[in-house]
Amino acid sequence: MSDTVLSVRDLTVVVHGDGPPEAIVDGVSFDLKRGEILGLVGESGSGKSVTSRALIRLLPGARLGIAGGSAVLGGRDILALDENSVRAVRGGEIGMIFQNPSSHLDPVMTIGRQIAESIRFHRSVSRGEARRQAIDILRQVGIPDPERRYDAYPHEFSGGMRQRAMIAVALACDPDVLIADEPTTALDVTVQAQILKLLMDLRDTRGVSIIFITHDLGVVSQICDRVAVMYGGRIVEVGDKRDIIGNGRHPYTAGLVACQPAEGHPGERVRTIAGQPPRVGQMPPGCRFHPRCPKADAVCMQTRPPLEASGTAHLVACHHPVLNAQEVAS
Amino acid sequence: MNRYRFVLYRPLQLLPVLVGISIITFVLIRSIPGDPVRVLLGPRSTPSAIERIREQFGLNEPLWVQYLYFVKNLFHGEMGRSILYKVDVLKLIVSRIEPTLVLVGGSVLLALAITIPLATIAARRRGSLADHVIRLVSTAGLGLPAFWLGIMLIIVFSVQLDLFPVSGYGRTFLDKLHHMVLPCLTAALALSAVLTRNLRASLLAELNSDQATAARARGLPENQVFWRHVMPNSLVPTINLLAINIGWLISGTVVLESVFAIPGMGQLLVRGIFTRDYMVVQGVAMCFALATVMVNFLADILTVTADPRVKL
Ligand SMILES: Nc1ncnc2c1ncn2[C@@H]1O[C@H](COP(=O)(O)OP(=O)(O)OP(=O)(O)O)[C@@H](O)[C@H]1O
Ligand code: SF4
Ligand SMILES: [Mg+2]
Repeated sequence: MSDTVLSVRDLTVVVHGDGPPEAIVDGVSFDLKRGEILGLVGESGSGKSVTSRALIRLLPGARLGIAGGSAVLGGRDILALDENSVRAVRGGEIGMIFQNPSSHLDPVMTIGRQIAESIRFHRSVSRGEARRQAIDILRQVGIPDPERRYDAYPHEFSGGMRQRAMIAVALACDPDVLIADEPTTALDVTVQAQILKLLMDLRDTRGVSIIFITHDLGVVSQICDRVAVMYGGRIVEVGDKRDIIGNGRHPYTAGLVACQPAEGHPGERVRTIAGQPPRVGQMPPGCRFHPRCPKADAVCMQTRPPLEASGTAHLVACHHPVLNAQEVAS
Repeated sequence: MNRYRFVLYRPLQLLPVLVGISIITFVLIRSIPGDPVRVLLGPRSTPSAIERIREQFGLNEPLWVQYLYFVKNLFHGEMGRSILYKVDVLKLIVSRIEPTLVLVGGSVLLALAITIPLATIAARRRGSLADHVIRLVSTAGLGLPAFWLGIMLIIVFSVQLDLFPVSGYGRTFLDKLHHMVLPCLTAALALSAVLTRNLRASLLAELNSDQATAARARGLPENQVFWRHVMPNSLVPTINLLAINIGWLISGTVVLESVFAIPGMGQLLVRGIFTRDYMVVQGVAMCFALATVMVNFLADILTVTADPRVKL
C-alpha cells in the first residue's frame, strides 16, 4: 500500500550466549501507515525496545545481532544499508524518543546545540540557520521562550520540559517515523497527558507516524490507532485499537486487558497473568505463551501458531483464539 | 550560589587556610634543632657575634611577636630578609619562580597531552593489545617514585642518547625548554599514570551511557559522538583529579629540582631548610600554599565551566 511508511518483515534479533544463538525478537512483522500511531505493548522483556532499536540498527548490547528480516522505509531496506547510509536514517528519517530524558540528553551541552547538531549533521545548513530551525522546533514542541531556552542546559528544565526537549531533538530533521519508547513512564500523570497530546498534535500537523511503546493499555486507548501485542519476542496479535482492547482474540491479549486496573476503582487488587514471562535461554517450543495459557494443548506445545488474519486488518497468532463478542453472539 | 559571587567569595573562604599554613610552617621550621646564625657564622663564631646577629634579625623576640612581625611585613609586600643570601626573600623568590612555573605548567600540559590520547585509545579499543599495554604501564607507573623515573630518563635520554641536557636551566628561551623536557616528562609520566586510568574508566562509562546512545540515535558518526559528547563529560572528573594532583606536583618540584639541579623555588626551599634560613622557608612555603589554594580555586571554576550542573 502506498500509504505504508515502514514495512517490517520477519525481523529477527538473536542474542549470542554460551549456547546456540536464541531469538529474542522472533520473526516480527508489521506495517506502519502514514500519520498513524501504532502501539507496541507487552510485558517487560517481551522485546519491544530491542525491536525498536533494531529499526535504527543500534542494538543495546554487543551480544545482540540482527539475524534476518527486512524493514523497508522510503523504498530502502534499513537492515541492508551500509553504516554510512544507516546514519542518515538515524535522526533523519527515524527520530528516537527515549523513556528517560534526564539520562538521554547530554548534560554538558545546551538543549539548542543538541538539536542544531543533529540538523547540521543531516543537512548542510549554516550555523545561524541551524539555530533558527532549532528554535522553531522548540517552539513547536511547546517550550515557552524558545530563543532563551535554546541556551539552557537539560538540568535547567523540568521533567516534562525535558521530555519536550527530547521530542524536539527527535524532530530536528523532520523524520517520517518517530519511535517513542515509554516516553511518559517517568512522568507524572498531568505531564504525561500533556506529552501524549503533544505527540497527537505532531501527528496531526506534521503527518509523522509514531511507534509508541508502552506497558500502559490506558495510554494505548488514548493515543493509538492500531496496536501490536508482543510476547516472548513475537507479535501475537495486531489490529485496530478497538479490535485489541476488550476484543482481543489472543489469550495473552485477553489476559493483559483483564489485568489493567479498571478506571475509577483505584483500591482494587491488580490481577496479573499467572506464571512468569519466558526468559532468554528458556524459550518454550511451539507457542511461547503455552506454559501460561489456560487453553494450551498438545499442538500449542509443538507448533508455532502463524500470525493469521482474523477479520480485516486484524491478525492473531494462536491455535485456539478467544471468541470475540460477535462470534459469542452468533 | 551565583557564579560571580563564587568567584569573589571563594578566595575569602580560603584565607583561613593560608593563615593556618603560615602558622604551621612558622612554628615547624623554628622547632627543628639548629640555628641560622650558627650556620651563617660557622663553628668558630663568638657568642657576642651570634647575639648581635640574632638581635638584628629579631630572633630573640618571643615566637608570637616574631609571627606578628612576619604578618605585618607580608602586608607591606615583604617577607623579611634571607639570613644567608642577605636579600629580601620576595626578590629571591621572584628570581627563582620562572623555572618552577615552567616545570609545573609544562608537566600539566605534557600530562594531558599523554593522558588524553592514551585513554582514548584504551577506551575506544577496549580489550585490544594497546588497551592492555596502556593499563599495564599505567599501573606500573603508579608504583614508581618520581625521582627514580627522573634518573632513569636522564640515563636513557641524556647519558646514552645525548638528546637532552643532564641538568640545569638554560639561558635562551629554546635552551630553557630543552633543559625542561626531561623534568617535565618525569612529572608528566607520573601524573599520566593516575590520570589515564581515571579517564579511561570515565570514557568507558560514558561510551555506554544513555546520552551517547541518544547521540548515535541522532545519526552522529562514532567519532563525533566521542569528541563532542563522550570526552567532554568524561573530562569533568579527570579535571578534579588533576587539580588534587597539582598539589602533589608542587611539592614534587622539591624533589625534581634537586634531581635535575634546576634553580627553582623547590631548590630554594631545600637549601633554606638545610641552612635554617627561616625567612626563606616561610616565604617559599607560603608561596606553595598560595599556589595550591589558587590551583584548587581555578579547578573549581573549570569544573563549573565544564559541567553546568555543578552547584557551588
Ligand atoms: N544488552 C542486552 N544483552 C542481552 N540481552 C538483552 C539485552 N537487552 C535486552 N536483552 C534481552 O532482550 C529481551 C527483550 O528486551 P527488551 O528490552 O526489548 O524488552 P522490553 O519489552 O523493552 O521490556 P521493558 O518493558 O522492560 O522495557 C529481554 O529478554 C532481555 O533480557
Ligand atoms: S496457541 Fe495455544 S498456547 Fe498459544 S495462546 Fe493460543 S491457545 Fe494459548
Ligand atoms: Mg523497553
